[in-house]
Amino acid sequence: MREFEFTRATSLDGAAEQFASGGEAAFIAGGHTLLPAMKSRLRMPDRLIDITGIPGLDRIERDGDRLWIGATARHATVADDATVKSAIPSLAKLALLIGDPQVRNRGTLGGSITNNDPAADYPAACLALDATIETTGGRYQADDFFLGMFTTALADGEIVTRVGFRLPQAGAYAKFRHPASRYAMVAVYVARFVDGWRVAVTGAAPAVFRWTGAEAALAAGQPTDGLLLDPSELNSDIHASAEYRAHLCTVMLAKAVAELV
Amino acid sequence: MQTRLTLNGTARELDIAPATLLVDLLRDDLALTGTHVGCDTSQCGACNVLIDGVAVKSCTVLAVQLDGAEITTIEGLASDGALHPMQAAFKEHHGLQCGFCTPGMVIAGLDIARRHGGSASRETIAHELEGNLCRCTGYQNIVSAIEAGSKAMQDA
Repeated sequence: MREFEFTRATSLDGAAEQFASGGEAAFIAGGHTLLPAMKSRLRMPDRLIDITGIPGLDRIERDGDRLWIGATARHATVADDATVKSAIPSLAKLALLIGDPQVRNRGTLGGSITNNDPAADYPAACLALDATIETTGGRYQADDFFLGMFTTALADGEIVTRVGFRLPQAGAYAKFRHPASRYAMVAVYVARFVDGWRVAVTGAAPAVFRWTGAEAALAAGQPTDGLLLDPSELNSDIHASAEYRAHLCTVMLAKAVAELV
Repeated sequence: MQTRLTLNGTARELDIAPATLLVDLLRDDLALTGTHVGCDTSQCGACNVLIDGVAVKSCTVLAVQLDGAEITTIEGLASDGALHPMQAAFKEHHGLQCGFCTPGMVIAGLDIARRHGGSASRETIAHELEGNLCRCTGYQNIVSAIEAGSKAMQDA
């Protein structure tokens, strides 16, 4: 890695000040997306600002019809948290499917969604669970937050503070894991709300997206096994062709629907 | 950057360059070469250490982020010349062949014991070793060692 400056923030205001003090800066928490990007020199920041020392950023609490999870909450914590498990069991299960135990002990929710990797898990949860993403600059609905591959609506220097997942009546996350990287080859999050269904797909396309055809079919009580996404809009790489990914999406959708809790 | 941490039970105050990965601090600066670098891409688990009792991949942690933390490496497990129960179980059950992955496997085993006590099934242990690679293909005995080591820790 290239050399950089490093500062430890103890408040959100302090972190913003440090970010604005010149050069290219980046925030770091668990580092499990940023450090690999820096090792390969995809990212070469001049300054890193550690936000893990900011009090309260890892808090988990239920407030009415939303479950709020702090940005620096680690995947292992979310997977094992009693509040998460009782409010949205499918979200705890998703956290348990990220990476491996050591990765889950370090990686954070905020890091996952701000990186918006095309195969990351949490972006699918945010979309399917109609999440509100709270930042130092305001609030976003998940539908307006994930803009494209590795791209979000965040402005420079804006910090995600917490994410409010709307409690569904039932939800399930079905993931076909790449056996080496454990990233999603394809994963589908299905959530049923009193006012309709939401279905989010990750791993299949350049960025996470909602499968509106599946949402409509589920809302109408129609079978989903005849649904097929257009392969021309899906990823094709050494791991899977677009046609195979389209098929996997249909299979993972059925699996999620069968596992709704 | 000044960083205070506790390493294998000893308080240290170190001046660390920000770009230093924990594994490089351990191996290159502190000569604790029991922690290995297998892949450097947070996949193989050879670099596992305990930070505040929890297993992490030290190739993907900045040392300067560990101010105030307690770090335990494979060198810190034995006490007074006696192997830690998890290490003793690896020896007893032939849980190592070439030995390269072993320090990371032992640390992963300690994390499994932390989460499940001595009650993890072989299936659970095998599943939770998904972040550790053994290129000698010796997983059966590694699972046996962690099973026995976890039980020994519970009984100790």
